[in-house]
Amino acid sequence: MDILITGLLLGGIYALMAMGLSLQYGVARIMNLANGEMLVVGAFAAFWFFTVAQLSPLISVFLIAPVIFALNWLIYQFMLLPLVKRAKSQGQLEVDSILATFGMSFILVGLMVAVFGGDYFNYTFLAEPMEILGNTYAANRVVAFLMAMLIGGLLYLWLNHTRPGMAMRAVSVDTEAAGLVGIDVQRMSALAFALGGTVTAIGGGFISTFQTMDASIGILFTMKALIIVIMGGVGDIRGTIVAALVLGLLETFIATVIDPGLTLAAAYLMFILVLLFRPQGFFGRKPS
Amino acid sequence: MTDKDWRNFGLAVVGLAIAACLPLSGNGYYLTIGVTIAMYVVLATSWALFSGPTHYISLATAAFYGLGTYVVALGIDDVPYIVLLVIALVVGAVSAALVGLATLRLSGVYFVIFTLGLAEMVRQVVTWVQSNWGGHQGNYVLTDITEEIIYWELLALAACVYLAGWLIGRSRLGFALKIIGNDEVVAAHSGINTARSKVLLFMVSGMVASLVGAILAPRWTYIEPSIAFSPMLSFQVVIMALLGGVKRLWGPLVGVIPFTLLWEAVSISFPNQTLLLMGVAFLLIVYTIPHGFVGLLETYSARFRERKG
Amino acid sequence: MARSILSVQNLTKKFGGLVAVNGMTFDVGEHEVLGLIGPNGSGKTTMMNLISGALKPTSGSISLQGTRISDLPAQEINRKGVARTFQLVRLLPSLNVIENVIAGAVFGHRKRWGVEAENYAREMLERVGLQVAGDAPVSTLTYIDQKRLELARVLASDPKILLLDEWLAGLNPTELETGISLIRDLRNDGRTIILVEHVMDAIRSLCDRCVVMNSGTKIAEGTPAEVLADREVIRAYLGDDDA
Repeated sequence: MDILITGLLLGGIYALMAMGLSLQYGVARIMNLANGEMLVVGAFAAFWFFTVAQLSPLISVFLIAPVIFALNWLIYQFMLLPLVKRAKSQGQLEVDSILATFGMSFILVGLMVAVFGGDYFNYTFLAEPMEILGNTYAANRVVAFLMAMLIGGLLYLWLNHTRPGMAMRAVSVDTEAAGLVGIDVQRMSALAFALGGTVTAIGGGFISTFQTMDASIGILFTMKALIIVIMGGVGDIRGTIVAALVLGLLETFIATVIDPGLTLAAAYLMFILVLLFRPQGFFGRKPS
Repeated sequence: MTDKDWRNFGLAVVGLAIAACLPLSGNGYYLTIGVTIAMYVVLATSWALFSGPTHYISLATAAFYGLGTYVVALGIDDVPYIVLLVIALVVGAVSAALVGLATLRLSGVYFVIFTLGLAEMVRQVVTWVQSNWGGHQGNYVLTDITEEIIYWELLALAACVYLAGWLIGRSRLGFALKIIGNDEVVAAHSGINTARSKVLLFMVSGMVASLVGAILAPRWTYIEPSIAFSPMLSFQVVIMALLGGVKRLWGPLVGVIPFTLLWEAVSISFPNQTLLLMGVAFLLIVYTIPHGFVGLLETYSARFRERKG
Repeated sequence: MARSILSVQNLTKKFGGLVAVNGMTFDVGEHEVLGLIGPNGSGKTTMMNLISGALKPTSGSISLQGTRISDLPAQEINRKGVARTFQLVRLLPSLNVIENVIAGAVFGHRKRWGVEAENYAREMLERVGLQVAGDAPVSTLTYIDQKRLELARVLASDPKILLLDEWLAGLNPTELETGISLIRDLRNDGRTIILVEHVMDAIRSLCDRCVVMNSGTKIAEGTPAEVLADREVIRAYLGDDDA
């Protein structure tokens, strides 16, 4: 029971971070290997606001969000768009964007090490116990989970019930057809990339309330987000959420029962199972 | 073999012979750099054997390298070194085959993602196994293998890799890989078993990386998982191979030498900014010379020929 | 009809809820040219993809000379002697002209390598009437030459059955004439060909028999003249009102 709830709480946050990656890959067609670093940037910012200004992460994430949004928008416009234009095929773009974002991830890590140093960092926020169904859990985890659900829910509603959200989903289904019906694909891609980065960074802000982090931990989150997105099916929000919860559960289970040092191995285990048995994702149909 | 092949063969032999004389200089610093260069030449060239024609970016070098290192670390007290090298080769080939079988039947993205975290995942598992059953975190590797021997071993391996690369380039397998890199659907409809071809070549690249790890293990006296499985290694191999260019067998070589020398200087002058500078170097290559030195050279020679003709 | 070489039995392919091919049954005789025709979206290309192994059928079977091939991956089917062209021509851009043809000769039904493969590839280039240098890059080819090159690659494996997926589409009138006479030559060589085609002139002059598809099912089968006069075929092409 303990594992179940802790796992779901963790999975909720993972869902938020993976939704960010899903937007970037599903809509903007950028396989962003620097996604985890953006998450760490969000975590660092929350940490900084908390230690310098005693500002609650629940408030500071909303101050960070516009900055991260702008940063990611600029990255798309000036770094990735040239690659999109240069690429002759989807495969070419995939290779180029993987290499470019991989380089960016090193730059981000390098910058964070330069600014904050390479040490672990954490802070104490809402660390009081909270009782759910007879067991106690750290309040920061519960609050982070609720906030992640709230933001994820708003994103879901926005994608499904507004015109720009609809346009974004159209681009994700078929870039060319979306262009033909008058959607500005380039603008939508930039928007999706920026929004995705922001969502991920907000997730990072929440994660930092209960987890110790350091500048180079981003790659682990990138891996997890990638695995979740593939497991859930690219562009499938429902699948992403389910996959994130499953990963949260599995990771918590392995960390509790076997060893906390094996979280990535847990993610890989799931990855391998998906690759062998359902490469099209949980709810995906076989690609034709 | 054509005249051109004989000429290249002669050049390679002369080059190797000259390189083999480096330890005679008696300068320890040169030798250390020589070992580093030889190591990256082997790793980057074998990386390009697979990733060059297929465009599947492998980030797994560090994982295979680490496995090779660990084979030596675990066995050095009980098993002859030469046997350990063979075991490392087999371990590398088998693990590459497993990774390949799981991912290479599917789209390239899955492969990249899988290899991205592989070194870290293997490190976690090795650490866990060692602390639960090994009783300790690391291993001492005490041998009488000197830096000179390591250097010569790497040169011999480099010779093998070049020979293998040349043979593969002329073989059906090499041709199949080229077709796969162009269009996988056409490849399958031309009778090519695409998954098998990819896995085979990935095995070559994995076993070489593992062997390099095993050869270099005696350089350390104490080995623990975080030393053996350094994710930076995969990254450096990719960057050097791309800098040189992956379309020619000698491409990675012309990337490795300048980059290693430059990197020596950079990491001495800016020891705290290496990650940042590495990222910048990477972006510069991807944006300005996507086909490496080989690509530049070909563009210029094509222009030159046009002007002449 | 001559002895059957390819036999399609009760073949069905579903994409989720959509039934693209529904219970198709037909045979292809040796040395026969079979036209697979029908309006857009009737499932012809899906049918071709099922035969070539690009897709797996949901149910039913395809057999080549009595051996079931519908469970095999594309490369195995190709090795057994079924080779295809693609609706949108697919060449190997980083290989030159002759290498593009050799690509078809090395791994397929009849395997050749080295000098033998190269000579055979040259023969095939001649066969399709492509008169360019072997070391020319494919980017320099005109559209019909690209189509010729793809055909040469497919022929290079000595296939028992040739699948041509709208090979004549997009050609201008003069090219079309050349294209039709090229396929007629192949037919005269005694090759077995299945062709998906919209060009009616080509169907009339090339096909021994036609299978007509509509919404995934077979609605008619017979000589071109028979099927093109069939009321249901006309209705399928032109809609109910005109029938």
